[in-house]
Amino acid sequence: MSVGEGGTGSADGRGPVIGILALQGGVVEHAQLLRACGATVREVRTPAGLEGLDGLVLPGGESTTMTLGIAREGLAEPLRRFAASGRPLLATCAGLILLDRDHLGVLPIACERNAFGRQIRSFESDVTVAGLDDGPIRAVFIRAPRVTEIGPGPPGVEVVAEVDGAVVGVRSGAIEGYAFHPELTDDARIHERFVAAVAAAGGGARDAA
Amino acid sequence: MRDESTIRVKTGLAEMLRGGVIMDVVDAEQARIAEAAGAAAVMALERVPSDIRRDGGVARMSDPEMIKGIQEAVSIPVMAKARIGHFVEAQILQALEVDYVDESEVLTPADEANHIDKWAFDVPFVCGATNLGEALRRIAEGACMIRSKGEAGTGDVVEAVRHIRSIRGEIKRLGTLDGAELGTAAKNLQAPLELVRWVAREGKLPVPLFSAGGIATPADAALMMQLGAESVFVGSGIFKSEDPARRAEAVVAATTHFQDAARLVEVSTGLGQAMQSLEARKLADDELLAGRGW
Repeated sequence: MSVGEGGTGSADGRGPVIGILALQGGVVEHAQLLRACGATVREVRTPAGLEGLDGLVLPGGESTTMTLGIAREGLAEPLRRFAASGRPLLATCAGLILLDRDHLGVLPIACERNAFGRQIRSFESDVTVAGLDDGPIRAVFIRAPRVTEIGPGPPGVEVVAEVDGAVVGVRSGAIEGYAFHPELTDDARIHERFVAAVAAAGGGARDAA
Repeated sequence: MRDESTIRVKTGLAEMLRGGVIMDVVDAEQARIAEAAGAAAVMALERVPSDIRRDGGVARMSDPEMIKGIQEAVSIPVMAKARIGHFVEAQILQALEVDYVDESEVLTPADEANHIDKWAFDVPFVCGATNLGEALRRIAEGACMIRSKGEAGTGDVVEAVRHIRSIRGEIKRLGTLDGAELGTAAKNLQAPLELVRWVAREGKLPVPLFSAGGIATPADAALMMQLGAESVFVGSGIFKSEDPARRAEAVVAATTHFQDAARLVEVSTGLGQAMQSLEARKLADDELLAGRGW
């Protein structure tokens, strides 16, 4: 599915309710794509904002800023509980860093920040994402991290995307994380699949929050 | 195929800075304080605008050694300013690998007729604007982020409000025009018709719109966000105040919770003195920075 360039996105769909951590960063592009895929979108700035969500997106932005914001809002434990509840979680760029051992510790991985260099080394490239049909996606890497280490778990972590030998996509159950920004292109396949997974999970685990 | 410096990559960093605060810093120590307070990026410059205003003289790009020191001190993006039209300062900043170059009216312009050809660079640029025509001319020259100029170094937010309201108001007005009228609008805005058509159709700029110039309090930051800015630059407002670390944290929280009055009460409380301010309206014409650039 493709979404036209620009625009502020359509109104909330009737589909599952998906939250986007909105302390700082690239929230609007995720919101636009999720709505185009039929989801109802909520911006999350406090622990109360996590209530009633079927799925969650940790967007790109500055991981230091977001980490300080998470501490300020008391969001670390609620976010860990959300991830442990089995509800789908999509993390991009700084969001992927938040999942690692040194941050929220949701996944047994280590990330290197700005692994490809400063902004002038930012790039886009065709990347094949395991399990995603219809060929590679155009992946946009902005001061991007990479996954440098994957521990034994639990939970088990599977590599789903690589570029130039660097791990840039991982999956563990309902949690998927990418070092790049699928929300910065008009290719909605990752979001479409994510919204479908959230709908399929159907809020069954909601009580666990 | 791997491509660097595409428009998507250049604009992408601006998009990731949304909802954040970019703070002016003059040394590594201030940069560390800014980062620890939650700044999304820092702007490295030799003197903050209020000092440039006080000292007078020609304000130029900072010493590379100072910029390097700041780059080594923090892991968040580091921006730096080049004079309007001074493409060699921009070349030097690009070679230093700063993350964004601000072609800034806060420094003394180096060219009275031409801005930098920003398409010629791999590093992305932010430029100031006071109205939509100026914003679109900068975008046509290759700017990947627009900020209001405001009146830097005053601590008076009135000009930033004027500029953001003007830009957003003109965007709304374009949406009401038909095709023939858009041609006339492009002529009046002195901006390329293609860009004018795009803005009329999409109801926004093709690059992020941030706010700068005179923001001194958490309430100022939230005001700019509620007026439609996507992020705020704070220059003299942090490090010329009584308690910079605390004020920096408060401005960051206010930018996130810009619509939450209860949180704004909390973060606005007990911050100590704001920077020493100047009323922008009372400045003489030759003291105004926003009139630089065209």
